[in-house]
Formats: sequence, structure tokens, C-alpha cells
Amino acid sequence: MTDLPADLKYTLEHEWLTDGSPATVGITSVAAEALGDIVYLELPAVGETVDAGTVIGEIESTKSVSELFSPVSGTVVEVNTAAVDDPSVVNGDPFGAGWLLKVDVTDVGPLLTAEEYAAHAAG
Amino acid sequence: MSEHEATRRSPLHDEHVALGAALTDFAGWQMPLRYGSDVAEHTAVRTAAGLFDLSHMGELWVTGPGAGDALDRALVGNLTALAPGRARYTMICAPDGGVLDDLVVYRLADDDAGARYLVVANASNVAVVRAALAERFAGRDDVTLADRSFETALVAVQGPRAEEIVVGLVDDASEADAVRALKYYASVPARVVGIDALVARTGYTGEDGFELFVPAEQAPTLWRAILAAGTPLGLVPAGLSARDSLRLEAGMPLYGNELDTTTTPHDAGLGRVVKLDKVDAEGAPLPFVGREPLAARAASAPARTLVGLQGLSRRAARHGYPVVTGSGAVVGTVTSGAPSPTLGHPVAMAYVTPEVSAEGTDLAVDVRGRHEPVRVVPLPFYRRER
Repeated sequence: MTDLPADLKYTLEHEWLTDGSPATVGITSVAAEALGDIVYLELPAVGETVDAGTVIGEIESTKSVSELFSPVSGTVVEVNTAAVDDPSVVNGDPFGAGWLLKVDVTDVGPLLTAEEYAAHAAG
Repeated sequence: MSEHEATRRSPLHDEHVALGAALTDFAGWQMPLRYGSDVAEHTAVRTAAGLFDLSHMGELWVTGPGAGDALDRALVGNLTALAPGRARYTMICAPDGGVLDDLVVYRLADDDAGARYLVVANASNVAVVRAALAERFAGRDDVTLADRSFETALVAVQGPRAEEIVVGLVDDASEADAVRALKYYASVPARVVGIDALVARTGYTGEDGFELFVPAEQAPTLWRAILAAGTPLGLVPAGLSARDSLRLEAGMPLYGNELDTTTTPHDAGLGRVVKLDKVDAEGAPLPFVGREPLAARAASAPARTLVGLQGLSRRAARHGYPVVTGSGAVVGTVTSGAPSPTLGHPVAMAYVTPEVSAEGTDLAVDVRGRHEPVRVVPLPFYRRER
């Protein structure tokens, strides 16, 4: 398993996000490795409102498809169009260039620390 | 016993772990799903070569003076007509004509005890095939059935560089020539890096390539030799994920997806494997298991037919998704689907009603609640240039 950045928060659905607002959201290296090569991302549009814990997109690999859950409630202020154009960056750098969207946060769902998430992902 | 304890490891397990493979449980075996990028593994097979561990496949040996006749009565194909050194794609059906498994049968050179056939079955079906053959051979003393699945390793080298790689590892010059000269669906025994192997020009990727059957304990030596010789030519180890996307592009059926006990060979567009003209020594029609229902099926209009679907949007149809018309009427079910790494758009195979099966018909697939446009196209999706 790749090292999990300690300054990020995590969800049971294998997303990560930054503290504060707007929060940057992505999927973890654990999720990216489990999916295999990601070939298609469907993300919400800028300006769309999202609710914590609901499905806001899809991540499709050659082998499977996975839903993207929003870890926060708020308004989407930016999506990573470079990742939409070339989803392989999500496999290559899930915690960096492979970020997915930025959300103006109004509320936050249940979150885990890196340590808690590592225990969850290992179990 | 828990499921984990029941999972069998390939004789190449330690090689996979050393290569950092992601392992998956497949038909009771722990097998490599991918080593790194499954798309890169897929592309390597199309452009250079891939090395697969297929040791989970079943190897059933059928030997003796009556072996050919016994197989002709047990399977839908004509195996007495198979020349030594050649192989056939065939099926074993239930009495009602449903497919129990699809098989590749290799006939080897006869020995003093009679004919020798190697029946290769899917891992998930080895027990079913073994039991069905044992039942169908019961009372005959001219045929012997032996399951050597666990003592046999199978590795495949597939791709345009496969011949160069495999031929270069054959010890003896005349055997190397024989391997190079192998026709598609033919096999020859050869010593490969000191190992007695059966080398076959068969595969499941749509590329040229070889499958090598070797004693399980010698598989790691062979695996490492192929990796060492092939890596400079672009060969990479490839997992089950790439194997599945490669066979889908090549339009090849997968048991459990396109084939099952509710499906006849004709449903899958493979009626050609059912040899209704088989005859016994007196020239009378040879009874084989499933003959009557399959003869009736061959003579009737099909209720459904297997087609290829090209995705016209980016979201891929997947196994089990409904196929619908523009008005939303359900006309079929997807059996396999994925984004095609070679073609750059989604592809799928599906059973649909005959009225919508014509090439060029525009349909849609219900992809998790949204209708994605697809078009009926001929199979295979991908055919290599020769």
C-alpha cells in the first residue's frame, strides 16, 4: 500500500479530502489500485450542489466500475478536467495530480484519519 | 474449511508474489489479476508479447484404443477425425443440449495403448467435466480417464513476438523448427529449457501465440526463462484482467458469461462445433449426449442470438445489463462488456432477440439507470493483421 498522507481526511468509501474549504476531493491509492487502470471518470459539473454520502460520479476501469461518493455537502467549484481527459493520472498520482473536484463545504460527513483509514483498508 | 483455506495456489504463486501481482480468487484458485497496469499488459500482448499463468485450467487425459469413439459419444465434436498433433475447440453438453463447458481437445501421437487426447477444461468446470466423462465412459474397458490438473502447469506466451521467444527457448534445433512450423491449433512435444513440454499453438487473446503444458514442479524454471528471454522483446507478465479484455475484443466466449447450462452452442453462434453428421463404424448416425435437442435446435429459428455491440458513448455496458430499444423495450442482456483498450470505445457481447440482431441496428444498454447508445456490429471486434 502506498503511504497515506497524514494531513488528509478519509472516508469508508475510499475518498480523501483536504481540511477546510474549498476542500479538494479524490480517491485513495487503495481504491485506484483495486480498480485497475481507470479509463473513464464521470464527475459533477461546476456549480452543482452535492450532499455528503451520496453518489456524485462514476469511476470506470477496464475491469470494473465504482461509484464516487461525496465526503462533504456543498457546491462544486472546480473539477479536474485534466483527469477527465486522461484518467490515468488518477492511477499514477491519486493524492496529487489525480485529484477529482473541489467543493465549497457547508457540511462534512463522517471522516477518518489516515491511521483509521489504513486500518479500515487493511481489514 | 474456510474459503481461504480451500483456495489453491498455482505452482507459479511465488513468482507472482515476487513480481508484485494483485491476486484474485478465480474458480477456487488464487491467480494474478494484474501485475501493474492491466491496459499496459493488454497492449503488450497486441504489440509484443504477454506471459500468462493458466495453471488453473483443467487437464484431463483420455487414452486407449476406444478414446476417440468415447469422446465422439461424450462431446459434440468429431474427435476421431482429429489428426494426431492437431487440436479442436469443442464443447461438452448436457442431455438437454445445454453447455457444460467449452473445451480445447488436443490429440497427441498414438502410443502402444492407443490414441491419446488431452482435454483442457475451464477451472470452474473441471469437476463437472471429469464427472460427466467418467459417467459417459462407464462400462468401457477401452478408454482411460486421468485428471492431471494439479500436476500440470500451463503457461501461455501470446502476441506477435511469441514465436521468436518460444522457438528461441527450445533446446533442440529440429524441435525448434517443428515449433516454428506449428499451425494454429496444432501441438508438438519439445524440450524447452530442459523441460519436457507439450507446445501448442493455441490461445485466447486473438493474437498468435503458444501454450506450454509442463510438469508443475518445473513451471518456475520455464516462467523465469520466458521472462528473461522475452523482456528485451517487450514481453510482460499479464494477468486475468488483460486475458478477459483480450478475449472480449477477439469475440471469444467465456464460460459463465456467454455460455452456461441454459445456453446451446447454437445460441452462442457456435453451432458449427456440433457435428450432427458424426457416424459410427457402420455409417449409422452416432449417438452423442445432447444430439436430439441440438439437432432440433439447429433446425429451428433461434429465440435469441449472440451479437457484438459497439458503445457509442463512454460508459461501458457490463455483464447482466439489459439491452433496450429506443422505446425502452427490453430485447436482450449483456453477457460481457468493457472499455476496449485497443479500440478506444466500449464493446460488449449480448444475447438479443433476432429482430434486433442485424448489423447496424441501433440499440441502447441500460447502464445503471441511463440508456447508453450502442450499435450491433460483427464479431470479433478485433482481428489481428496477418
